[in-house]
Amino acid sequence: MIVALIGNPNCGKSSLFNHLTGLRQKIGNFPGVTVDKKVGFCKISDGSDIQVIDLPGTYSLYPNSLDEQVVLEVLINQNHSDYPDLAVIVVDSSNLKRNLLLFEEVNDLGIPTVLALNMLDVANEIGITVNTPKLEKILGIPVVEVNAREGIGLEGLKLTIFRALEKKQIHDNVEVVSDELKSAAKAVKEKFSLKTDYAALHYLTQTDKLSFLKAEEKKFLQKISADLNLDADAFQAKEVMERYKDIGQTLNDVVEIEPERHNSLTLTQKIDNVLIHRFWGYVIFLGILFLIFQSVFTLANYPMDLIDGGIASLNDFLKSVLPESKITDLLTDGLIAGIGGVVIFIPQIAFLFAFISILEESGYMARVVVLMDKLIRKFGMSGKSVVPLISSMACAVPAIMSARTIGNWKDRLITIMVTPLMSCSARLPIYTILIALVVPDDKLFGLFGFQGLALMGLYLLGFFSALVGGWFLKKILKTNERNFFVMELPTYKKPRWKQVGFTILEKVKTFVFEAGKVIVAISIILWVLASYGPGEGFSKAEERVTAQNVGLTTDQLEPKIAAEKLQNSYAGLFGKFIEPAIKPLGYDWKIGIALITSFAAREVFVGTISTIYSIGADDADDSTIKSRLKNEINPETGEPVFSVATSYSLLIFYVFAMMCMSTIAVVYRETKSWKWPIIQLVYMSVLAYVSAFLVYWWLK
Amino acid sequence: MKSVADLKEGEKGVISAFLDNKLALKLLEMGCLPGTEVTLDHKAPLGCPYCISVSEDYQLSLRKSEAITILID
Repeated sequence: MIVALIGNPNCGKSSLFNHLTGLRQKIGNFPGVTVDKKVGFCKISDGSDIQVIDLPGTYSLYPNSLDEQVVLEVLINQNHSDYPDLAVIVVDSSNLKRNLLLFEEVNDLGIPTVLALNMLDVANEIGITVNTPKLEKILGIPVVEVNAREGIGLEGLKLTIFRALEKKQIHDNVEVVSDELKSAAKAVKEKFSLKTDYAALHYLTQTDKLSFLKAEEKKFLQKISADLNLDADAFQAKEVMERYKDIGQTLNDVVEIEPERHNSLTLTQKIDNVLIHRFWGYVIFLGILFLIFQSVFTLANYPMDLIDGGIASLNDFLKSVLPESKITDLLTDGLIAGIGGVVIFIPQIAFLFAFISILEESGYMARVVVLMDKLIRKFGMSGKSVVPLISSMACAVPAIMSARTIGNWKDRLITIMVTPLMSCSARLPIYTILIALVVPDDKLFGLFGFQGLALMGLYLLGFFSALVGGWFLKKILKTNERNFFVMELPTYKKPRWKQVGFTILEKVKTFVFEAGKVIVAISIILWVLASYGPGEGFSKAEERVTAQNVGLTTDQLEPKIAAEKLQNSYAGLFGKFIEPAIKPLGYDWKIGIALITSFAAREVFVGTISTIYSIGADDADDSTIKSRLKNEINPETGEPVFSVATSYSLLIFYVFAMMCMSTIAVVYRETKSWKWPIIQLVYMSVLAYVSAFLVYWWLK
Repeated sequence: MKSVADLKEGEKGVISAFLDNKLALKLLEMGCLPGTEVTLDHKAPLGCPYCISVSEDYQLSLRKSEAITILID
């Protein structure tokens, strides 16, 4: 049994979904498209499990974006694997008129429905009362009161779902299919075995948007439309007007509005006076960003130091108790070092997503869109690009997917192309560790940490290069397509902490299991590559070093042997192979190994250097990654490997380089061609190489 | 003819007609019908986009180019 949750944006649908399914949910994809499909399971009153799908929010069945198109396709295609047995329409009771439009449309498709009246408390506050029993009687389908914010009314809803699945009911709507369209509707209905005339009309007026139709079926539909001279826009306009008239009549009998009604927007308007103020609006926005970076850097540092130290002492402990063998090395230097490289990200990802979801929950994100629209438009994007750009500070993959809310293809493409320039959380550990190496831990005016400022600088560099990139693309790309900006501004709300918690958990889980798999796998492969080598170069390394350094103690010999072995291992040979290409950037072959491995995912960089340098170094005292890097000396020059010039060069390289397989894959899926990901990979690589080169020679 | 773009901040108007068919469809489904009262709440700092409230129920944000296609009495 599949139950779909359907509703307008901001109607509380997603929190209802979280309450119904709890932690028994997963994120998947709808077949053929990359729109997030949130599915969960819920026990209903007879103890059986039903599948609940949270469909993207939409105002009607006429889509303006990919997300909305999914709603249409799921509901109109009876053969769709997610076609629901029952639709639960969630409505914002403080604005029933608009919310019931979608209810009527879904009903008219012949899908049994339940109406969930949400946000009645908000409605009451502004003087609106809804007579639920009367509404139920008029609509002829079950109507339930819920409070998705507080999680009230869930048992009632589950019972209603249970009963509705037993006895499916459909409300008899106003007739929107006029007589002259009936015969055409009948032909379509028969061909596709549809339930209603209204469903047939969607096949006729939105043929192009129904991707599941075969070419022959599309031709069939187009012919009928042409013969009828069917004006899709006119049909839609007429339908919407008729429905509003019908809804207006229904609500007259059901909704009572106090004459002295309070304006629900007063508070929001007052807050807006400050938050979109011509001066304070920007000051506050910058202040919030600043706060986020300072706290991501300073607060996350404590748990991260703990994790770093914990992993190091765990490794030391294991090495002291376990017998010295290859297996022990694989466990400590390979596996545990690799897992440490994953776990250490968790605090930063959690902090960043906490902030991002609070901004979205509170309604502030929509104001950022308003603040930035005109500025960002100059750079080929729209205010709506701000959400992908800001989310990509966490991860470019969901960010690129969130660009789907941008209806205009050119705006959306430009956003997708420049989004990976924004510094994602995978770059954060690289930034953190390199900044900690070269930026002094002092405070400007005794207040702002230099390290936090440096971090903010790197993020700003990414942001401005995204703008410049957008400006170039705007000049190059041509399009005539037009689209709309118009969007609803949610009222300000107190963030629901449970919801924030869900988001953090979900993102951390995705990271640990998706990215984590890759990182651990690469760490182990790396250990193998670094621990074995071809021919005598590797196998005779120990004898050579011993012969060359007669008179040294074993303690002095060991690091030299380890270094000689690493140089002659597969990994070493690999790194040396590319060394000529990266030498101009100030990198040695060890960094070269890290560059190669982090091409799949840049977060591997820190894990790799920690693996490589733990193999090459003696383990006596310098067991944390940071101190290991600091002590690394270039054998040729006698200078530290991570000098100021090299470190900054690496920082800049990682700001620009497109080193993430997942991003390449998602850009391919979103743009449906290899052209764009390849262009993106090339321009970002060139940019990274040239900038890192310039920085190195400037600082050297 | 006066449009939403001619309103001053805080000023009200009643929607009489739409000049852009496609945009009208989008506005209709968002609840902006002819006869609906709209208030211009804010203009963004750089003069665009606008924030309007619709029958004092909910707020929409739209660009100046979109606002001029909504005629008001």
